[in-house]
Amino acid sequence: MISLAEPRKWEKLFWPILTLGLFLALWHASVIWTATKVFPSPREVEKGMAELLRHHVLWGDIWDSLRRVAIGFSTAALLGIPFGLALGWYPAANQVVNPVMQIMRPISPIAWIPVSIILFGVGDNAAIFLIFLGSFFPIVVACINGVSNVPSVYRRSGRNFGLTAPQLLRRVIFPAALPQILVGLRIALGIAWLVVVAAEMIAVDSGLGYLIIDSRNSGKRYDLVVAAILLIGAIGLVLDFGFRRLEKLKPVRWGFRNES
Amino acid sequence: MLVKESIAIPALKTKLAVENVSVTFKRDGKNMPVLENINLEVRDGEFICLLGPSGCGKTTLLNAMAGFLSPTSGEIQVDGEAVRGPDSRRIFVFQERGVFPWLTVEGNIGFGLFKLPRVERERRIAHYIKMVGLDGFEKAYPHELSGGMKQRLEVARALAVDPDMLFLDEPFGALDSITRLVMRGELLRIWEAERKTIIFVTHDIDEAVQLADRVVVMSARPATIQQIVEIDVPHPRDISSPHYLELRDGIFRQIGLAHQI
Repeated sequence: MISLAEPRKWEKLFWPILTLGLFLALWHASVIWTATKVFPSPREVEKGMAELLRHHVLWGDIWDSLRRVAIGFSTAALLGIPFGLALGWYPAANQVVNPVMQIMRPISPIAWIPVSIILFGVGDNAAIFLIFLGSFFPIVVACINGVSNVPSVYRRSGRNFGLTAPQLLRRVIFPAALPQILVGLRIALGIAWLVVVAAEMIAVDSGLGYLIIDSRNSGKRYDLVVAAILLIGAIGLVLDFGFRRLEKLKPVRWGFRNES
Repeated sequence: MLVKESIAIPALKTKLAVENVSVTFKRDGKNMPVLENINLEVRDGEFICLLGPSGCGKTTLLNAMAGFLSPTSGEIQVDGEAVRGPDSRRIFVFQERGVFPWLTVEGNIGFGLFKLPRVERERRIAHYIKMVGLDGFEKAYPHELSGGMKQRLEVARALAVDPDMLFLDEPFGALDSITRLVMRGELLRIWEAERKTIIFVTHDIDEAVQLADRVVVMSARPATIQQIVEIDVPHPRDISSPHYLELRDGIFRQIGLAHQI
């Protein structure tokens, strides 16, 4: 072993599981100590989760949330990537658009809920529009930065081999910027997953966000509320993990590690 | 190793002509002359080293020759035609920083061959992989290669498009001293086989004298050509022969350095 800090195999599993166990124990103890009538214990949440699964509403809600994220996020990627690449490629155009984008970017997509409902009515499209808004700007900004950070040696090499401008964009600029674009996409997907829950609490009557609001409204079922919250966390983790796998692909891996 | 007995006899045809070239950069509103009145003729198939202190403007001259920068005044001609921009007949090799990290060894070497039919492209890729000794690494990505291998990869990518000229900007500067010596031998071997015109920028006097047909000694900024030294020693060069040492020490004196430390 080279480093003493290198954890052993069993330790890699042991400590996180121990932390999780302690967290659950603390949760359980707090519920008992405070004698709360509102907040459920881990055991109750587990029962609530089982109930949700038995009644088959859960899968439909998960599916609806994922579907909205998929549509909103991929629309944002499909429009945002070419738009961002173009702005990165033409700095003059970027200077024109940049002030507007800088104003739009820090606005929480939640602020758009009323506007979204006026535009699309209560329903799927309003939620999808919010997800689109939330993920569009991070993607565009990542593409602009990705293109402007492409080392000039790559552009020069490309031109030296006689590439035309469109060829240069496709064969040099895009692959060189891809690691940064992927980072932007991953951030955008995280935001999309945040936004879908908020949007579903207001604009639609299905999905995990709706499940939370509905569980509270129909009989203060906080066991179901907490079950849904945990589920949202778990699915978000899986999405992020899946996206990180993309960063391990060989044509982009160079951008994610210290090049030796 | 394929080595010729006698010194290369360069064709008399002029390949590249630099005529009264000056380059001035504007910095903070002030004009900063970088190159002053450079005149140079390079023959077809010749190996030229541009030698001078760091920051003297060697790279600027090389950029101008390659068409990445237009001179403030004067003109650069290749085959009698003024240089108007970069051209795939003249390839610029950046240390090893120019290889594309998102492409495999094969992908990099084939990068400039997009106009060729597939069979010919594959033949050339295989040929140059072999020539630079990267057999077995066809599917490897640059981050899996050593510095010397990346350097050879970039040279192979340049050679694959069959250019007339190669511009090398301190290509071995980032390599360790042993790899650097090996790479010099490799470059000479490739040059003897392919007979490209090579312009090689370096600040290493030994490197220049070991490689070049002629060494162009440049002054500090604004750079002028101080002297052009003909290295009439046949390859492989005996770097302890009196004549070699005499030429080398002459350049040391020219640059104003004692050759004893």
